[in-house]
Amino acid sequence: MTKKLNIQNMILTLQRFWGEKGCMLMQAYDTEKGAGTVSPYTFLRAIGPEPWNAAYVEPSRRPADGRYGENPNRLYQHHQFQVVMKPAPENIQEYYLDSLRALGIEPLEHDIRFVEDNWENPSMGCAGVGWEVWLDGMEVTQFTYFQQVGGLQCHPTTSEITYGVERLAEYIQDVKSVYDLEWGDGVLYGDIFKEPEYEHSTYSFDESNQDMLFDFFNKYEKEANRLMDLGLVHPAYDYILKCSHTFNLLDARGAVSVTERAAYLSRIRKMAHKVAKAFVEERKKLGFPLLANNESAKEKAND
Amino acid sequence: MTKNYLLEIGLEEMPAHVVTPSIDQLAQRTSKFLKDNRISFSAIEKYSTPRRLAVLVRDMSDKQTDIDVKAKGPSKKIAQDDDGNWTKAAQGFARGQGMTADDIFFEELKGVEYAYIQKHETGLDAADVLQNIPEVITAMTFPTRMRWGNYNFEYIRPIHWLVSLLDDEEVNIKVLDVESGRMTLGHRFLGEDVEIDNARNYVEKLRQQFVIVNAKERKDIIRDQIQTIADDNDWVIDVDEDLLEEVNNLVEFPTTFHGTFDRKYLEIPEEVLITSMRDNQRYFFVRNKSGQLEPDFIGVRNGNSEHIENVVQGNEKVLVARLEDADFFFKEDQKKSIDDYVNKLKTVNFHVKIGTMYEKMQRVHQISEHLAEIFGLNDSETKDVLRASDIYKFDLVTNMVDEFPELQGVMGEKYASIMGETDGVAKAIREHYMPISSDGELPATKAGATLAIANKLDSLITFFAVGLLPSGSNDPYALRRQAYGIIRILQNNQWSLDIDKLQQYLVENLDVPEKLDLSAHVDDLNDFMIDRVRQWLYTTSIRKDIIEAVTSGSNFDPISMIKTAQVLQSHVADQNFKLNMEALGRVVNLAKKADFKYSKDLKEDESIFEHPSETELNKQVQAIYGSTTKDIAQLYDQLVALEATINSYFDENMIMDKDEAIKKNRLTQLVVLNNLIAKLGDLSKIVVK
Repeated sequence: MTKKLNIQNMILTLQRFWGEKGCMLMQAYDTEKGAGTVSPYTFLRAIGPEPWNAAYVEPSRRPADGRYGENPNRLYQHHQFQVVMKPAPENIQEYYLDSLRALGIEPLEHDIRFVEDNWENPSMGCAGVGWEVWLDGMEVTQFTYFQQVGGLQCHPTTSEITYGVERLAEYIQDVKSVYDLEWGDGVLYGDIFKEPEYEHSTYSFDESNQDMLFDFFNKYEKEANRLMDLGLVHPAYDYILKCSHTFNLLDARGAVSVTERAAYLSRIRKMAHKVAKAFVEERKKLGFPLLANNESAKEKAND
Repeated sequence: MTKNYLLEIGLEEMPAHVVTPSIDQLAQRTSKFLKDNRISFSAIEKYSTPRRLAVLVRDMSDKQTDIDVKAKGPSKKIAQDDDGNWTKAAQGFARGQGMTADDIFFEELKGVEYAYIQKHETGLDAADVLQNIPEVITAMTFPTRMRWGNYNFEYIRPIHWLVSLLDDEEVNIKVLDVESGRMTLGHRFLGEDVEIDNARNYVEKLRQQFVIVNAKERKDIIRDQIQTIADDNDWVIDVDEDLLEEVNNLVEFPTTFHGTFDRKYLEIPEEVLITSMRDNQRYFFVRNKSGQLEPDFIGVRNGNSEHIENVVQGNEKVLVARLEDADFFFKEDQKKSIDDYVNKLKTVNFHVKIGTMYEKMQRVHQISEHLAEIFGLNDSETKDVLRASDIYKFDLVTNMVDEFPELQGVMGEKYASIMGETDGVAKAIREHYMPISSDGELPATKAGATLAIANKLDSLITFFAVGLLPSGSNDPYALRRQAYGIIRILQNNQWSLDIDKLQQYLVENLDVPEKLDLSAHVDDLNDFMIDRVRQWLYTTSIRKDIIEAVTSGSNFDPISMIKTAQVLQSHVADQNFKLNMEALGRVVNLAKKADFKYSKDLKEDESIFEHPSETELNKQVQAIYGSTTKDIAQLYDQLVALEATINSYFDENMIMDKDEAIKKNRLTQLVVLNNLIAKLGDLSKIVVK
């Protein structure tokens, strides 16, 4: 490593790398979410027979993980660099290792291991098989082959690579606190995010209006169901994401008892399952256009 | 002629815990495949790493053995017409066997004559038989499986390459789209792809590419390197076998390294440090010669020693971040009181249908009080168990247990001590989870043992009360394990406890909300507990029929069942054991014919006795009742002493007499005697033939 990559150069490097591997460079989706996986660019596109290759940075909000900007590792909002490829290329693991090399992490100078970690998001009906990737003992990436999304079996199988941007950057820049990371030219992570972390933590833990949030949840849920009945899959999905985030806020506030917790998760899961089915139906009606694209592209290549 | 056959399956990294069972399975399936196909061999060598499963079949014959087979055809009636000519059916059968009808002969099978053809099959070349080896590969089963790409096939991880070599010749096979060859992959970073020229060179070829395919050799390397580090530093490193097994299956080329952390973190409880190092980071922890934890750890890298300083530094950084968190939690948790945590348990559910953790503790307090009396705990033990029962789940809502769930109980003990509870209370809190596995460690203190039983009993009666009984393999709340734990603790302390009586007591006295109907499944729970006694007895060398007998009587006290079984077992070699059991068994069987049950008021009418043997038996039985012994060995002696009397009783008296009054009187006599015998069990189940 000659000059240590700052975060924006790290992201640019990953974008360039995966773009060259055939991924479309999407932008972060504009509704609050807990993980890159629930972006419609992963969740919905992992369902159904159509191929899909995309990469994007996703800011992920986890209210319960907020620490008022005081903990060097835990954040209300962190960033994930998400890569999804469907079907998974046969040499996807080698691609991944090459992406680390592109970031200046030469495997021969470190210890890189694929340690079993099967991923599950029961509230969205998702399950996958895979690994967490350890870089000198630190988990820097989650690597998953989706098996089920929204309660539907995945076929073909999507591979998902989720880089923890802050984790990886801390490693590359060799700093002890996330707030000491350099984001852009001379500007530190703390300069940008420390105050928002404090404020969001204060909001999530101390100041959020529970009655209003419970009310929101019910209304969002009703709207999502109404929209699904109208066949408006994408707006419905937005409202499901809002339900999920609202629930996370209530959970962080300690407003949801253990019993109620399961009930709320089950309500979200039902909607996720319904929307997943509706999405496949919608694509089917359109004749699975990306499948056709792919085939004509293949034919062209063969000509 | 014999050859060596190599089969290697190349995969993406398998879960560490799957590697060893999978290679055992592959070897076993390969062996069965070869035996089924009549191919002999001298041994199957097993090789495995996270990325490959390989078997090397030694001295495999290059041909199947020849065999003579006898094929069965149609019956004679169908094979020949009335004139004795071969029918079409017979000719078809012969043709199907590659022979002609003239080769047919007849043999009788269950009284019917059938057409048969005898033929000699010459064994195929092993290379041809091995074409079917993919069925061995695809038949493998795994605890988790996945689909990948466009395939509808499930396996532990995607298959990337196959090597199939008979000495130096490729035996071409194919699984999905993967075709076999002689090319294998070396270490992910240190090695290169390499051709295996001959099956016998497999191990060495891969060693050159930084892959140690012999799992045992890898383990020995790690063990030796750890020992060297320990010796150099004057440390004692207790190599945890489970961890070694896991670490060994995360690497193809192991190099151990040594990292350190600041001594200040040693103030964190040892269990937390060990959990962070061993369970979270897969490090071996380090002690000095006097047994204290040192601020050092040993890790294992998948690679060589070049640039290992980066690896050490990275691992140190990760561990320190974890310890920093743990330190924060440890300090934060101590800012609150046990009362604060206990209060919080009012909002934590034990189970939706049953109620909160707080309510559970209240019930367990009542149960403990009753048990302490039954078990005869002294005043200070009773005081400890009662105090512990009021608070024993408090650590569940601390930050530390939230972060390290496996430390439940352990942190409870730590915090209880720090917060001023007695030693007895603190220990009971930790011990109430015991035993954690079916042969796990048992509580050492009486207060801990009592709390452990009360806590488990409460789970059993409440889950049964709401109808959540285990069925088949479905036992999500591990109720079998908990019930078995109760039996083990009772046995360990030699505590008598009549499960049925206890349940009756709890039904009447335990304060529970109406939704919990404790009386709903009393008999089911009795049976469930007795099944666990059986399970416990099966682990001993006691005869199965004795186990059946002692668990089928009128007894609901596990300890007494176990003692009885031991007494019976100690007598099986007695000269008269069979005769004794036969005599008592006859009483049991005939007593079953009575349409009434034993009660204290049941009395025989001596005035209608017809024979002296009736009077004699009556006298002896009353004498046993009079002795009121509680000692099972003594009761056994008293009962078997009746043998001669019982036999002459049966010789002289017809039980099912025509006279109803006499019949009833004799049955009464037997029921009264059987009441004593049933204290041992249902002795009619003892095998006497």
